Amino acid sequence: MSPRFARAVVNGLLAGGAAVALFPLLWMLSVSFMAPGEASALPPPLLPAHPTLHNYRELFVHAGMGRYLLNSLLVSSAITVLALAFNLMAGYAFAKLRFAGRERLFQALIGALVIPAQVAMLPLFLLLKYLGLVNSYAGVVVPAMASVFGIFLVRQYARAIPDELLEAARIDGAGEGRIFVQIVLPLLKPIMVTLAIFTFLAAWNDFLWPLIVLTGQEHYTLPIGLASLAREHWQDSELMMAGSVVTVVPVLALFLALQRYYLEGLLLGSVKG
Amino acid sequence: MNPRHAAWLFLAPALLVLGVFFLLPVIAALALSLTDYDLYALADVRNLRFVALGNYWALLQRPLFWSALGHTVYFVAVGVPLSMAASLGAALLLNSPLARCKPFFRTALFAPVVTTVVAVAVIWRYLFNTKYGMANYALGLLGVHPVDWLGDPHWAMPTIIAFAVWKNFGYNMVIFLAGLQAIPADLYEAARIDGASAWRQFRHITLPMLGPTLLMVGILTVSGYFQLFAEPYVMTEGGPLQSTTSVLYLMYEEGFKWWNLGSASAVAFLLFAIMFAVTALMLRLARRGAHADGEAA
Repeated sequence: MSPRFARAVVNGLLAGGAAVALFPLLWMLSVSFMAPGEASALPPPLLPAHPTLHNYRELFVHAGMGRYLLNSLLVSSAITVLALAFNLMAGYAFAKLRFAGRERLFQALIGALVIPAQVAMLPLFLLLKYLGLVNSYAGVVVPAMASVFGIFLVRQYARAIPDELLEAARIDGAGEGRIFVQIVLPLLKPIMVTLAIFTFLAAWNDFLWPLIVLTGQEHYTLPIGLASLAREHWQDSELMMAGSVVTVVPVLALFLALQRYYLEGLLLGSVKG
Repeated sequence: MNPRHAAWLFLAPALLVLGVFFLLPVIAALALSLTDYDLYALADVRNLRFVALGNYWALLQRPLFWSALGHTVYFVAVGVPLSMAASLGAALLLNSPLARCKPFFRTALFAPVVTTVVAVAVIWRYLFNTKYGMANYALGLLGVHPVDWLGDPHWAMPTIIAFAVWKNFGYNMVIFLAGLQAIPADLYEAARIDGASAWRQFRHITLPMLGPTLLMVGILTVSGYFQLFAEPYVMTEGGPLQSTTSVLYLMYEEGFKWWNLGSASAVAFLLFAIMFAVTALMLRLARRGAHADGEAA
């Protein structure tokens, strides 16, 4: 096989793969600008004849998409901020502060990773019902305020902080809280960005738990709203594609902007684990 | 405040959240699965009765549980190897010195991973629509008759598997790519001098060096795929003829449609037990395989 031919094969396959990966997303974007009914034709059109924002207007004016979008932003941001704070504190403690039973406790947490989250969901629903949190934003936010994966990620990263640095600060009389805020947090900035994107994307895309705990439309996040819209408006493919665009574009944009941090976190959380 | 006390203060919020909203519910789920907790108990706890292993016993005699398990195993057994092959293939291509525009291709191939399952499942439903879908149109050009992808019990699960592979392969691709880049180049250099073909280099250098990564990725993918839910929920609602009802779908319906929380907890624990057994078996076989290799060498 000549090198030129081999190069053509490798790049051809990559281009084909990229086309398969991107086609559904580009098609979604294109159909979202079509007039109602336009996509249901043979041959299926690739581009809108007369691009229109009709579907988006319909979504936000009549289908309540604006509310879902705000709910998703609110819930995902709250989860990100709280989980970031709690996981950073715990991950740092596991990495750098000495206390009895540290390794055993950490091993137990890692061991808990084998339990799928769904096992906890039924009693969790009853617990939140008892606390009056079913069908509220808090019902989605509260159980997601800490994660073993997040703690693990921070611990891996924080272990590289030199002990001498912390000791020097202690000798200077700085309290543990001040050391954490003024010395440790600035050093953890890269992992903070990574963890923030991971948490935000996971919260935004989460489906099963919000589906269970959010019973009223006024609290629906985008995936739940979209799924319920799909059951009502199945025939309106153009409207549904606009809804998918609104759901997918924010996370896709976030990923594109902060890709480096996301991929680093993915590797830190898996290979080096 | 000394560091030891500080440590517990730093740990407290996260441990409290995990303890109250995860660990406690898991223990409660075990207890719940031994009761007949249902709509009546939800209204008044005094209607609750202890049934020991009754829920498990009843489930094992229900054809629907076995068919849901069968569909889930089908999804895992076909979907995981296909996903891993796609991931490995893409990673090998990206790692090739011949590849151009690597950052672009990597981002494009990874893009489906960060999308929302529900939203992209909706897209796939239209692309695989029997009458107007792009898939049947393209097949029509090749002279193939239209397939009722999501309406035919034989085709619904394969379509969902194709969707899952498309959605997920980029994740493992990135992990494999890092693994491939960590293999020392002089190993390939030496093989080339010995005249080893590309296939033999792949078989005797790439695969063994990637072994531990393959095992870890395989286990994580298997446990992820056992948790099949959103795809059938959006694409087929478990049908047609319940051909895409997964174990988790059964748990959801049992628990939150019929409010049989006791029986649904038993479903959740059975799924957990099966996942645990399968991944433990994979680890064991891999260790034995590595051991046998070591003896042969």
